[in-house]
Amino acid sequence: MLGAALAIAFIASNTIANLQQRGLAFGYGFLFDTAAFDINQRLIPYSSTSTYGRAFLAGGLNTVLVAALGIVAATVVGFVAGVLRLSSNFLISRIVTFYVEFTRNVPLLLQIIFWWVIMLALPRVRDTISIGDFAFLNNRGVRLPAPILADGAAFVLIALAAGAVAAVFLARWARRRQDATGRKFPAGWTGLGLIAGLPLAAFFALGRPVGLDVPVTGRFNLQGGFNVTPELVALWIALATYTGAFISEIVRAGILSVGKGQTEAAGALGLPAGLTLRRIVLPQALRTIIPPLTSQYLNLTKNSSLAVAIGYQDLVSVGNTILNQSGQALEVISIYMIIYLCLSLLTSLFMNWYNRRIALVER
Amino acid sequence: MSDPAADSRAPDGRSFHRSRAQMLPARPAPATTIGVLGWLRANLFSSWFNAALTVAALLLLWRTVPPFLNWALFDADFTGATGAECTAPGACWAWLDQRIDQFLYGFYPAEAYWRVNVALLLLIPAVAYVLFDRLPYARYGRWYSLAYPVIAAVLLVGGFGLETVPTDEFGGFMLNVVAGTAGIALSLPIGILLALGRRSRLPIVRMASIGFIEVIRGVPLITLLFVALIILQLFLPPSMSLDRLVRVMVMITAFSSAYMAEVIRGGLQAIPNGQFEAAQAVGLSYWKMMRLIVLPQALKIAIPGIVNTFIGLFKDTTLVVTIGLFDILGHVRLLQTNPDWIGKVDYETFLIAALFFFVICLSMSRYSINLEKRLDTTRR
Repeated sequence: MLGAALAIAFIASNTIANLQQRGLAFGYGFLFDTAAFDINQRLIPYSSTSTYGRAFLAGGLNTVLVAALGIVAATVVGFVAGVLRLSSNFLISRIVTFYVEFTRNVPLLLQIIFWWVIMLALPRVRDTISIGDFAFLNNRGVRLPAPILADGAAFVLIALAAGAVAAVFLARWARRRQDATGRKFPAGWTGLGLIAGLPLAAFFALGRPVGLDVPVTGRFNLQGGFNVTPELVALWIALATYTGAFISEIVRAGILSVGKGQTEAAGALGLPAGLTLRRIVLPQALRTIIPPLTSQYLNLTKNSSLAVAIGYQDLVSVGNTILNQSGQALEVISIYMIIYLCLSLLTSLFMNWYNRRIALVER
Repeated sequence: MSDPAADSRAPDGRSFHRSRAQMLPARPAPATTIGVLGWLRANLFSSWFNAALTVAALLLLWRTVPPFLNWALFDADFTGATGAECTAPGACWAWLDQRIDQFLYGFYPAEAYWRVNVALLLLIPAVAYVLFDRLPYARYGRWYSLAYPVIAAVLLVGGFGLETVPTDEFGGFMLNVVAGTAGIALSLPIGILLALGRRSRLPIVRMASIGFIEVIRGVPLITLLFVALIILQLFLPPSMSLDRLVRVMVMITAFSSAYMAEVIRGGLQAIPNGQFEAAQAVGLSYWKMMRLIVLPQALKIAIPGIVNTFIGLFKDTTLVVTIGLFDILGHVRLLQTNPDWIGKVDYETFLIAALFFFVICLSMSRYSINLEKRLDTTRR
């Protein structure tokens, strides 16, 4: 007890003395000072005359962007790889095993730099690789078509949202009806029709307010569209494949935890293999999958900070620049902690809510 | 239908029974279910979908494996002083000859490489005495394992007649192994203490443990390394300056201790209350109860998680490259940007560095699976 108290007093007195000696005052006032550096990929308006606070916001949004993209891709990769690894097909399961073991046992930082080097080794802009004259790959990144929103575009988006909501309610109603009467309703296809149909109807009714700005190869450069930096692409691929390998192991363990009798019973009832997986095995496996999956999502979010090694300007990368310029080390680190803590809490809350929804209902 | 016994019906429809004195010899299984053909049918072509998958897999292998082998071996260049002399269409392995020493030892003085090698050799018995119970001289072996860090530190850094090597010259894969081993050796005991602290009844101990664990787990390791670089100095008197390698090792250890604590807490929670109560009933003190009754069981349960944390820690040692230490990844980048080799050795160097980690991490995870299986049978 006494030792701990003495240690804290020792550290505190040293810190105060050191801060005084360097002429630094503790406080967050520096957030309103002008940041004299640029951020090359940003989701909000930002220029080198913006404040440090805004720079933090731009960097934090970049972290959220790559984490969200990574989580979606890693989940898809992980579920596909986990199911394929259990396939009765010898070749497929071996190939997937090789992918999983290799990716899991090689440091993520090495993989991120590897993908980045590959992205930078793509042809120059002049010899850009075209993918169906729609997207373009070169060593400055990937150029994709950008949507052009004219007047009335908002209504198309509203129609899309309305379609999605309607599809959700339709699916619920269809399940209740099937539970009550046993009659099936093709909720999946109708829902898809609603999601695609409503915005399409709005689109044509309002005179095509949404267009696509497809990039075209100019003489020296690509024109139009929007550019995704090679750093973001490299980070995204590396995070998705690395975390995907871990998720595939979780998915595999979850599927194996469902008793063999369940599959056999489904087979005895004449359910085809695909439906057995979708309706019988996965819903039960999800209960064991969700908690460790949550911690993988949190790991992915934290691992996205390795972006600093390849110069993708995420929260930590921007924060380090600010730290070097302003010298406010303690404050910058505390901001890291608060933002990552908030991201972790948000992810945990969402996953816990989802976990409660799919938890076993004892009857 | 040549078997007469199968035809148990007389031509006029009345059934009759016949018995046999001997078993009929078993007929061979259908040719499509045994041997190579049977295996192929069962594992590769059991359905149309499966057959399509097999064809796709074969196509993938055909498009990747032969080109890879050609690149890595048959079309590769193995000699040459610089990248310009690598003219073959495949890989350029000429750098291996000159640079593998730096990949392994960094800037450690070449005449002292033997010290690193001896330290590594001495590590093997030190680890063996921790992992296995039934070794000769186990009693002295444990003391040796305890003393090993001091021996290794003297060998690597110098002193007692050995020339001093500044830690700035540590590098390459050796740096990963040194940081990884130190982190592994320290994070387990610290993790145990933190896990016990988190379950302690003393509020201050519990709050301090929870605070430490949650704050560390809440942020990425990379930010902690920057803390090590910049902030740790703020906490110390100006006269006291910690070695950069030591600071990094402190942070890596703190980081994995927090994760370790959670893994061990999971093990502790799996121990039934009766074990604690029985230990207290026979009058064991808190520490004796933990050491003799609870921890041996809890650690056993937590082994897979513990080894996974070790693997993660070992891979995370590459992060030191972001704060300017040159581990193996640092030397990969150095060589890739070296004017003599630029653009020639990108994938070759990545592959070699990846293989180092792959071999070590895969062995660790295989060992843990093995251990898990062994413990699983004893529990049944």
